[in-house]
Amino acid sequence: MNTPKELRYSEEHEWVKVEGNKVRVGITDFAQSELGDIVFVELPEAGDKVTVNEPFGSVESVKTVSELYAPISGKVVEVNEELNDNPEFVNESPYEKAWMIVIEPSDISEVDNLMTAEQYEEMIKED
Amino acid sequence: MKMSELKRTPLFEIYKEYGAKTIDFGGWELPVQFSSIKEEHEAVRTKAGLFDVSHMGEIEVKGTGTLEFLQKMLTNDVSKIKTGGAQYSAMCYENGGTVDDLLVYKLEDGHYLLVVNAANIEKDFEWLKRHLDENVEMNNLSEQMAQLAFQGPLAEEVLQKLIPETNLNEIGFFKFRYDVNINGKKALVSRTGYTGEDGFEIYCDASDAPVLWKEILEAGREFGVLPCGLGARDTLRFEANLALYGQELSPEISPLEAGIGFAVKLSKETDFIGKEALKQQKENGVPRKLVGVEMIDRGIPRHGYPVYKGDVKIGEITTGTQSPTLKKNIGLALIKAEEAELGNEVEIEIRGKRLKAVISPIPFYKREKQQGGK
Repeated sequence: MNTPKELRYSEEHEWVKVEGNKVRVGITDFAQSELGDIVFVELPEAGDKVTVNEPFGSVESVKTVSELYAPISGKVVEVNEELNDNPEFVNESPYEKAWMIVIEPSDISEVDNLMTAEQYEEMIKED
Repeated sequence: MKMSELKRTPLFEIYKEYGAKTIDFGGWELPVQFSSIKEEHEAVRTKAGLFDVSHMGEIEVKGTGTLEFLQKMLTNDVSKIKTGGAQYSAMCYENGGTVDDLLVYKLEDGHYLLVVNAANIEKDFEWLKRHLDENVEMNNLSEQMAQLAFQGPLAEEVLQKLIPETNLNEIGFFKFRYDVNINGKKALVSRTGYTGEDGFEIYCDASDAPVLWKEILEAGREFGVLPCGLGARDTLRFEANLALYGQELSPEISPLEAGIGFAVKLSKETDFIGKEALKQQKENGVPRKLVGVEMIDRGIPRHGYPVYKGDVKIGEITTGTQSPTLKKNIGLALIKAEEAELGNEVEIEIRGKRLKAVISPIPFYKREKQQGGK
């Protein structure tokens, strides 16, 4: 299972990459492998507000629907529209091609509440 | 329910060797997938796939009164089955609601095998026992029998490699042989299935199942045969419009509403439980009908989602997904009969949003030609 060291992780299996005063968000390699073939991704629109630990969208595999939970509060400034037509990117490239949204956090220090790669790996081992 | 309390099939111990991801399926710990639902689905449509369906129940019914007893309990005409033949049937309550849907195998005069849904084994057995006649004996063989489903256009060619003594081409659609020798193991082999493809269902002794599983996959390796889980089984049967008990059928849904009227023979000579209610439904028109829906807006219909026409709720989705064969977001829905016309535009509520869909023809998938068999 791939868990890049430079990212931070939420308990709901989202990854967060800090880029200046913004963060890029997607779901982890572990999450995509648990979900199986992703066939549908539903994301918010640029300008929408998201709240930490609340749903901001959903991903659907052949069999199930799973909510996406915001790892941090703020405003959505970019959305990966490519996932509309290429939901399989989530399986193929969870940390690169399948980034989902970019958030401008209301308080970027909230990132510190998220897990490090080591802590996240520990958590999924217990699952 | 804790995982340790889940029931397991004789094949459970070898799932891991094949990369299975298991889930709780109605109290059974079963593989939802081995590689990927899409790949497994594709394998069955184009090559062949092997499923462990040992959780299914087998009830043996025998004795001189058996035919009359089954005629009373089942909606289809059991007298039409010849020895060596199988028939799809339903079992109903007095009100026409469905107890279960099942396959009936005629082993010989006065000796039948009923194959029932895993979640209904005890319920069915009790229901049958309650109505049992003299000169009829019932045995629940579910624990000692395993079942493998080997499905897909190449199933016959692959399976034949393991069966030197029986020409599989001689087993026609919905026919079976009970004494087939598969590499030294005796099995009942029928040309039946739940995927919309040609293929076989293989019933054997539970202790023979793990070896048989390995041998079939080994024989199929050069053909691209894959072990398949319940995820692909569900998408395959859904595309072929084969009902799943608990979704398209239930105590609240009659076989006529679910579109399996072909298994209800109101004109058979003997009365059966549920006949009056079903006759009335037939005469007055069924209140609800099972239809296909295809999404117009972006979204995937799922089991339980409400279906609307204007402000009126007209029914619910029974099964829905993105069809792996057609790549379309489609579903089956049980809706008011007056809204069932093809082309009718309806709305499906998906997580709080009303999204447009259209009533579409079913089955969504039909294989082009009947392969093998006679």
